[in-house]
Amino acid sequence: MSSVTRHVLPNGMVVLLKEVRSAPIISWRVLYRVGSRNERTGITGISHWVEHMMFKGTDKFPPGALDKMIDRVGGSWNAATWLDATSYYETLPSQHIDLALEAEADRMVNAKFDPEEVESERTVIISERQGSENSPFFWLSEEVQAAAFRVHGYHHEIIGDMADLETMTRDDLFNHYRLHYAPNNAIAVAVGDFDTAEMLAKITALYGGIPSGEAFEAFARPEPAQSGERRVTVERPSGSALIEVGYRAPAASDPDFFALDMVCSVLAGADSPAGSSIDNKTSRLYKALVMKELAASVDGGMYATIDPFLLVFYMTIRPGVDPETVLAAFDAEIERLRSGDVTEAELARVKKQNRALFAYGMERVTNQASMLATAEALGDHLWYEHYVDRLNAVTLEEVKAAAEKYLRRQSRTVGLLIPSGDEEDGEMMDDFDEEDAE
Amino acid sequence: MTAHNGMLSIPGSHNIRREVLENGIVVLVYENFAAQSVVISGSLRAGSQFETAEKNGLAAMTASALLRGTAGYDFDTINEKLEYAAADLDFSGGVHRTSFSGKSLAEDLPLLIELLAEAVRYPTFPDAHLDLLRGEVMTSLHIRQQDTRYRANRAFYEALYPPEHPYHHSTRGTLETVPMLTVSDLKAFHERHYGPAGMIIVVVGAIKADDAIRTVRDYLGDWTNADQPDLPPVPSVTPLAETQRAFVGLPGKTQSDIVMGTIGPSRFDADFLAAQLANSVLGQFGMMGRIGHSVRETLGLAYYAYSSVDGGYTASPWSITAGVNPANVDLAIARINDEIDRLVTQPISAEELEDNQSYFTGRVPLQLETNEGIAGSILNMEIYRLGLDYLINYRDTIYRLTEADILAAAQKYLTSDRVVIAVAGPDKK
Repeated sequence: MSSVTRHVLPNGMVVLLKEVRSAPIISWRVLYRVGSRNERTGITGISHWVEHMMFKGTDKFPPGALDKMIDRVGGSWNAATWLDATSYYETLPSQHIDLALEAEADRMVNAKFDPEEVESERTVIISERQGSENSPFFWLSEEVQAAAFRVHGYHHEIIGDMADLETMTRDDLFNHYRLHYAPNNAIAVAVGDFDTAEMLAKITALYGGIPSGEAFEAFARPEPAQSGERRVTVERPSGSALIEVGYRAPAASDPDFFALDMVCSVLAGADSPAGSSIDNKTSRLYKALVMKELAASVDGGMYATIDPFLLVFYMTIRPGVDPETVLAAFDAEIERLRSGDVTEAELARVKKQNRALFAYGMERVTNQASMLATAEALGDHLWYEHYVDRLNAVTLEEVKAAAEKYLRRQSRTVGLLIPSGDEEDGEMMDDFDEEDAE
Repeated sequence: MTAHNGMLSIPGSHNIRREVLENGIVVLVYENFAAQSVVISGSLRAGSQFETAEKNGLAAMTASALLRGTAGYDFDTINEKLEYAAADLDFSGGVHRTSFSGKSLAEDLPLLIELLAEAVRYPTFPDAHLDLLRGEVMTSLHIRQQDTRYRANRAFYEALYPPEHPYHHSTRGTLETVPMLTVSDLKAFHERHYGPAGMIIVVVGAIKADDAIRTVRDYLGDWTNADQPDLPPVPSVTPLAETQRAFVGLPGKTQSDIVMGTIGPSRFDADFLAAQLANSVLGQFGMMGRIGHSVRETLGLAYYAYSSVDGGYTASPWSITAGVNPANVDLAIARINDEIDRLVTQPISAEELEDNQSYFTGRVPLQLETNEGIAGSILNMEIYRLGLDYLINYRDTIYRLTEADILAAAQKYLTSDRVVIAVAGPDKK
C-alpha cells in the first residue's frame, strides 16, 4: 500500500512525499520536533505561543498577508501544538502549492516576534485559556494530567499555566523559536496531486539552502513508575459530575501499544488516529454505564505518543447518581476484562471497526499528511502505513496480557469533578450596562 | 495539474443522477470510486416547526429515538448491525427538517438504507429507551446551562424572535419540557409527520447510481403517509425598533461570550450570496475578517471573534460571536459595532471584492474533497432549489456581484443601532 517516499536533505530536513490523485489538491505540512513535553516550569505553554507567533508575520509576508493569500486561492491553513510536536499545514488546490512551500520555508527562519505583537498575542492566548476554563472538562483533565505526571513534561496542559502565560517574555519565545525551528528538527510532508520528482525538486530548491540549527538535547525528563492509585477531586460549577480515569499507557513504539488499543476499543468503542469515529453503543462500558442509567455518556481513547502517556476514560454522570457507584460499575468492567473474558468475536469486531475508520480517515489528504508527519516524529514514518497490519496481527492472548499489565489500579489516576453547588441556572437580565457600551 | 482517478468533475446535472420515486422521495446519486466508502445524507419534513411550545424538544427527541428499536430489530441488533460493519447512522431534529447522515464501506450501503428505512418507517419507541434517552438529554441540558456560548446564543435567539416563532426555541427542548415528553407524543408525531413527501436522500460514493436508486426504491419506494401535512408558514418577524440587550450571569466563569446581531436573509433571498460575501468581509476572510483584525489582531481581546450568516429556510440570523475577558465585553461590543457601521456606510474596496470572490470560488475543490462534502453540496442544491448546475454556474454568479450589491445587502439587514446583544459570563461587571 505504501507509496510514500522518504528523503533527507543535506541540512537534515526529512521529507515524506505521497502522491494521491483522488482530488486536485495537495496538503503540505511542516512539523517541528518540539511540544509541551519539552517545556520547563516557568515557560509552560511556550510551544503553543510560538505557534501563534508564527502567524504574526515576516518581512516577506507581513501580518495577515498569508491569511488573505491562502483564502484567495481557496486553501485552508492552520497549526497545531501537541504534546510531542508543533506542526503547520496548508491544504490548497494543487496549482497553488508553491505558496504553501514558500510560506513555510520563510517562517522557518524569518518570523519576527515583534514585541508589540507578542504583547497583543499574550492576551489572545490568555483568552484562549479562559475560554477552556469555562468548561468543567478542562479543569478535570488538567488536574488528572498533573496528578498522573509529577516529573515528565506531560504534567501540564499544552496551553500552559496561567502564571507562565502572564510572565513569559519575548526573548523566551524567540529563543525557543531559534533553538527548535531549523531544518534538522523539521519533518516536511506533502500528500496529494503532484509528481514526486517535481515536488522534491521544488522542496530542495526552497529548503535546501536553509542552514542546519545547532545540535541540542531537547528537554525531557522520564516519569518514574507509579506505585499506587492517585485521586484528585475538583469542585467547579458544572451541570453534572464527571469522572476521568487515566491508566499509564505505553509509548507508540512499544509492541504493547496495539494490543492496548484493542482493549480500549472493546471497552469504549473504536476510534482512529485519523480522527474518524463511530458510535460506541455495543461497547462494554456503554452497556454497563449508559444502559444502566448511571452515566449519560462514556468515551475512551489513547494517543500515539513518544513517551508513555495515558489510556483515558471519560464518564458524564447522570444527575442524582453517586459518582462512586459509577466508578464501582466501571471497575467491575475493568476487572471482568482483566480476568481474560474477551472473545475472538469481540476482537474481530473491533479490528474491522478500526480498519474501516482508518480508511475513512485516509480520505482526506490533510489527515494523511498529518499522520505521516506524526509517524516520522514517533520514530518510524511507516508506523501509520503499517497501522492496520499491526492491528490485525494482535492476538487474543496479547489483548488479555495488555489488559492485565496496564489496567492496574496502582498505575492509574482517578479524577472526579463535583459540581460546586454554586451553579445558578443563569440569571437573565435585560438592559445591562447600556450606558457603558460605547 | 495531472489526471485523476476519481472525482474530478464538479457535481452537476451531467453527473448527478436525480430520480423522483413514485411516492415523492427524491434520490440523488453521485458516483465516486476514489474512496472505499459511501455516504448518505438527507432529510425529512419533520422538524420542530410542527411542535408546540409545551412540547418543545419533541421533534428532536423523536429523531433521536428512531434507532432505539424498530418493528424488525431491537436496539442491540440495530447497533450490532451498524457497529459490526463499522457503519454510522444518525438522525438529528432541526427546525424545518429532520436530517440523517450515514457512512459505511461501499458494500454495506444496503445495510445503511435498510436501517434508515426501518428507522423512519417502523420505529417502536420502547418505553425503557425513552427513559434512557430523556435522562441523557436532561444531563446534556444541565451541562449546557453552564455553557457560556450556548447560553449567550439562546438569549440571542430568544430576544431576536418572538415566542410564536420556531427560532425562538431550542430544538433540544428545555429542562421543563423534556421531562413532559411521552412515548405517545413521539408515536403521534412520527405517525403524522414522517412520510415520503419532501424526503430527500443523497448517496455519494463507490456505488453505481442504478444500484443505489434500486436499493432506495426497494426499502422506501412503497412508503406512504396520506395525512402528512405541508410545512406551515413561519410567522413574520417585526424588525427591531431599537437595540436590545440580554445578560446571563454564570458565576465561576472566567470568560464571557457575546452573541450579537440581527435578522439576515433566508437562503431563498436573491441577495443571500451578496450578504454572505459582505459577511465574509466583516468576519470571515483572512483571520476572521475585519472583526478578527480589530478585536483579535489589533486589540488582542479575544481568541475568537467572527461573524456568520445562517441563511436557512426563512429569515435567519446574521450574527457576530466573540469570547472575551469579562472586563473587555463593552470594548469588544463597541469595536464590533464600529465594523458594522463601516460595512453599511462605505462600499467595500475593489480589492476586498476581488479577494472574496476568489476565496468563494477557490475553496470549492476543498469542499468537494470528501464524499461528505459532495453530499452536503448536493443536498443544499435540492433543499434550496438551487438547481443541479449550481456549482457549475457558481463562479459566474459570484463574479457578477458588485461592490454596490454588497453594500445594498449589508444596508438591508445590518445596522449597529438596532441589534440584539446577548452576553453570558461571570458577572455583570
